[in-house]
Amino acid sequence: MSKLKTKAQISKLSQEEVKHIAKLANLALSDSELKKFQSQLSQVLEYVGKLSKVETKGVEPTSQVTGLGNVFREDKVVPSLSQKEILSQVKSSEKGFFKTKAIF
Amino acid sequence: MTNKPNMSKKTYLPIIGLEVHVELETNSKMFCGCSADYFGHEPNTHCCPVCLGLPGALPVPNKKAVEWCVMLGLALNCQIPEVSKFDRKNYFYPDLPKGYQISQYDNPLCINGWVKMKNKQSLISDEIEKRKMKNDNEKSKNDAGKTVRIRRVHMEEDTGKLIHTKERTLIDFNRSGVPLVEIVTEPDIHSAQEAKVFLQKLQQIIRYLGISDCDMEKGSMRCEPNISVREIKNQKSSFGKLRIMLSKVEASKIKTNDELPPYKVEIKNINSFKFVEKAIAYEIGRQEELLSREGFVRQETRGFDPQKGVTLPQRGKEAAADYRYFPEPDIPPIRINKLQISNIKLQIPELPDKKLSRFIKEYGLSEYDTGILTETRETADYYEEVVRKAQTLDSGNLEDSRNLGWIKTIANWIINKKVDIDKVLPKELVKMIVQKSQIRNISQEELEKAVVKVLTDNPKAVGDYKSGKAQALMFLVGQVMKQVKGSADPKLIAKLLNEKIKKKNEK
Amino acid sequence: MELFDLTIKEARDGLLKKKFSSRELVSACLDRIKKLEPKLNAFITVCEKEAREQTQIADKKMRDLGDMGDTRELFVRYPLLGIPISVKDNYCTKGIKTTAASHVLMNYIPPYDATVVKRLKEAGTIILGKTNMDAWAHGSSTETSDFFTTRNPWDLTRLPGGSSGGSAASVAAAETIAAVGSETAGSIRQPSAWCGVVGFKPTYGRVSRYGLIAMASSLDCPGPITKTVEDAAIILQTIAGWDSCDATTSPKQVPDFLRIIRNGVRGIKIGIPQKYFSVAETEVAKKVDEAVKILERLGAEIKEISLFDPKYAIAVYTILQRSEVSSNLARYDGIRFGFGRERFADEARRRIMLGTYYLSAGYYEAYYLKAQKVRTIILEDFEQVFKGIDVIVGPTSPSAALSVGSSKNDPMFGEMADVLVEPSTIAGLPGLNLSCGFTKDGLPVGMQIIGPQFSEELLFRVGYAYEQETQWYKMKPKL
Repeated sequence: MSKLKTKAQISKLSQEEVKHIAKLANLALSDSELKKFQSQLSQVLEYVGKLSKVETKGVEPTSQVTGLGNVFREDKVVPSLSQKEILSQVKSSEKGFFKTKAIF
Repeated sequence: MTNKPNMSKKTYLPIIGLEVHVELETNSKMFCGCSADYFGHEPNTHCCPVCLGLPGALPVPNKKAVEWCVMLGLALNCQIPEVSKFDRKNYFYPDLPKGYQISQYDNPLCINGWVKMKNKQSLISDEIEKRKMKNDNEKSKNDAGKTVRIRRVHMEEDTGKLIHTKERTLIDFNRSGVPLVEIVTEPDIHSAQEAKVFLQKLQQIIRYLGISDCDMEKGSMRCEPNISVREIKNQKSSFGKLRIMLSKVEASKIKTNDELPPYKVEIKNINSFKFVEKAIAYEIGRQEELLSREGFVRQETRGFDPQKGVTLPQRGKEAAADYRYFPEPDIPPIRINKLQISNIKLQIPELPDKKLSRFIKEYGLSEYDTGILTETRETADYYEEVVRKAQTLDSGNLEDSRNLGWIKTIANWIINKKVDIDKVLPKELVKMIVQKSQIRNISQEELEKAVVKVLTDNPKAVGDYKSGKAQALMFLVGQVMKQVKGSADPKLIAKLLNEKIKKKNEK
Repeated sequence: MELFDLTIKEARDGLLKKKFSSRELVSACLDRIKKLEPKLNAFITVCEKEAREQTQIADKKMRDLGDMGDTRELFVRYPLLGIPISVKDNYCTKGIKTTAASHVLMNYIPPYDATVVKRLKEAGTIILGKTNMDAWAHGSSTETSDFFTTRNPWDLTRLPGGSSGGSAASVAAAETIAAVGSETAGSIRQPSAWCGVVGFKPTYGRVSRYGLIAMASSLDCPGPITKTVEDAAIILQTIAGWDSCDATTSPKQVPDFLRIIRNGVRGIKIGIPQKYFSVAETEVAKKVDEAVKILERLGAEIKEISLFDPKYAIAVYTILQRSEVSSNLARYDGIRFGFGRERFADEARRRIMLGTYYLSAGYYEAYYLKAQKVRTIILEDFEQVFKGIDVIVGPTSPSAALSVGSSKNDPMFGEMADVLVEPSTIAGLPGLNLSCGFTKDGLPVGMQIIGPQFSEELLFRVGYAYEQETQWYKMKPKL
């Protein structure tokens, strides 16, 4: 059972919440940005809160308007990109590997 | 440091569920046409915009991978729901190029299955084992076969591979997008050994299906156990027997999910069956000790250290991740009807348990021997092919073959690895056996003739034998063998010689 | 008439009759680009070298076939041979910088072509360049491009609309013969309305999204932006159809979009949604109203209809789009290509965070799931309405082009501006925008024609009838 907040709670975001969202979204925010986004995001949330007025009991959600199903491809190998092409967009690669900062 | 002994007077029931990932041996990846064969290749040579997560790329699911997942589910006695879909599991990690993994969340391909492990294979917890009866009969009576329930089997894609050093992390995306099947069990496992046995059974079934080489050392089979322990109340009895009964009662309570402990610990980084057993055993001990000392175990993810044989808290892993699952908008849902399911079912070969029972019935071999013969499908099929070839050589009647020891001999050769079944064709093996063991159908008449001749030609030996020299019989057998050019059973020859000599005596 | 003012149809005719070569045609456009770009800023990248090389190939093909008979066959095989087209910068073009107007991708060169680009090339098209847009297609102004703002050719102090603002402006200013843009909610139709050109959003799944930098996966649609309705049909003919690389494309056969285009509107039932008109500014509503009267005069039946309140569509769209955006933009981490996430501008970051919030634990049901359910209601509402009518006609945008600066700091600017197009977007319906007059300030007013899924031919037919009757497309901005 999810924690469904009341309408009032939903509209206003706390700074803590904004921080948490930014972390989940892998975005670094400065303190001033935190404040700015807090009010802007809350504004949007207030607007979309209107949806709660619409009665949706017994209505199925739509994820796909196409009505398509069972779309597959055969298990055949097709040529890949070359290693050169794959690494062409980075400045630093090492012996054919992509490189990023140390994790451990 | 190995298992910590349980210092307390309390007894605990380990409650273990397994999450197993298996890489499918399809030709191409799960959502693109790149080769799925990544092992041992130059890095970043089997990639395309899709599996690299380049802007604008879109996934299209591999038909065979989905069929194989359903096939595995059916082999594990699962139900196949009519509608299934893919979902996005969102998180950030350098080996995950799209920033999300395409997986399945609330509509997996297969649900609610089970795997039965037979008598000899299943055991109750190690601790209980130690206090058990010494009597083996009692033991086999108590564990009449264990069932592990399968919660779900679903499809997802593998990530790239990382190489860590202090200064930087290197990434190879050849493995990114390789099809993965995830098998999740209910927490029905109650000991480290049970876990190992279950994994071996699962591996056998998967290899029988031919959908993966399912090798823990190669990484095509991965296991992450979830472990918790629960105190077994009622300490009054100190008899091992009662403990076994109690643990069974405890275990059956778990099956209704009423009494699961309020935490579980996930263990990562295990890459062999031996280590699975070690890691679980260590963790059980660690938890028991913590519980009895502090009454509380923290829910967390831990890593197994194979060198020290312990589990350690993993760095950088915090509280439960929020994966923000939502239906994958780029892939329409999958709708499987009964006809498709039965078509897939037809593709399932005879599975190990069935084959074992059939072999025992048809060939009359021991359970032990049959177990070895049916360990892999390749061996079992080979055995049957050799037997068939041997039949054509003889009267074509299995009964005769059995009488002439074909069944046992062929089994013997294969079990004791007297032949390399990868190199020797079945019909060649039959020839080899014929040459070596000389079991050919010589007529009774011919044999008797030869025996009579040898007895007539060797009166001295006969005399020696009558007067008690046992070697003389051996000599006579040898002479008969020479006569029939070795094509008779020495035991039979000896028997005939004896009969004839006796008869002569009686005359 | 200047070569750059030609339509695709006229240019093809001229090439066929050898009145000019592809080189001359493309040169005319490139010269115009050089002249106007300092004021207009419609292009991020101009592919002058590549374009000129391509004209040589096109002209050679035409020369090698000698007489007119063979050349006609050539154009059947290559329907857009030698015709210059501008492409919105969110389509991957192999070897040519593709930025989505974001600093994150400012140096990104894709190793592959989007399917739309591939099909255009196979048809003989010459790509003039990559046009400006709102970064990541997040916007309805082109003001939120990370690089610069494109200006409206009709009034350089005003915005061209967005997010395909660069494409629309380049067509309106005749820097190109035609263009392709993309629409997630109004991004083709709205800038086309503000720039006085034809913009067509096909049914979702009619055209492949493979290689189109994803914004909202369940909503994005590639589509043409052209000078005339017939031109739009010609381009759609080339790019539409099932693609094995996109699992959401329809296997439905692609019809001949031009087959019934000249059949007129007699007997066609047109639905007029009052709610749409009441949202629009007076001048805009008046112009569209006049257009409806013309359609009636031409033989169409006009019916008043009631549609589900568009304000709910805004909420549904906002939630679905931002949720999918938050996931689609997760791949931009600077490891395999481009720069890191620190280069995302405000608008992108806002949308990513909101989308993350809508999908997060505890909120998924209240937002995302709820939006998917209301989406079903909107879909069914349209299905019901289309039982009694053939097409819907209304204003495309509540206003004509707004001034530069209008979009700043209004976090819902785009969504509000797109209120009239969002419902059809959510339902995956096709929509055609074309000019229906000018405001007293001389700004174009656009009207849209919406139909049921896969009714493209019908929309072209209605649009063509109105267009030929009124010929607004003959008006050009003074540049």
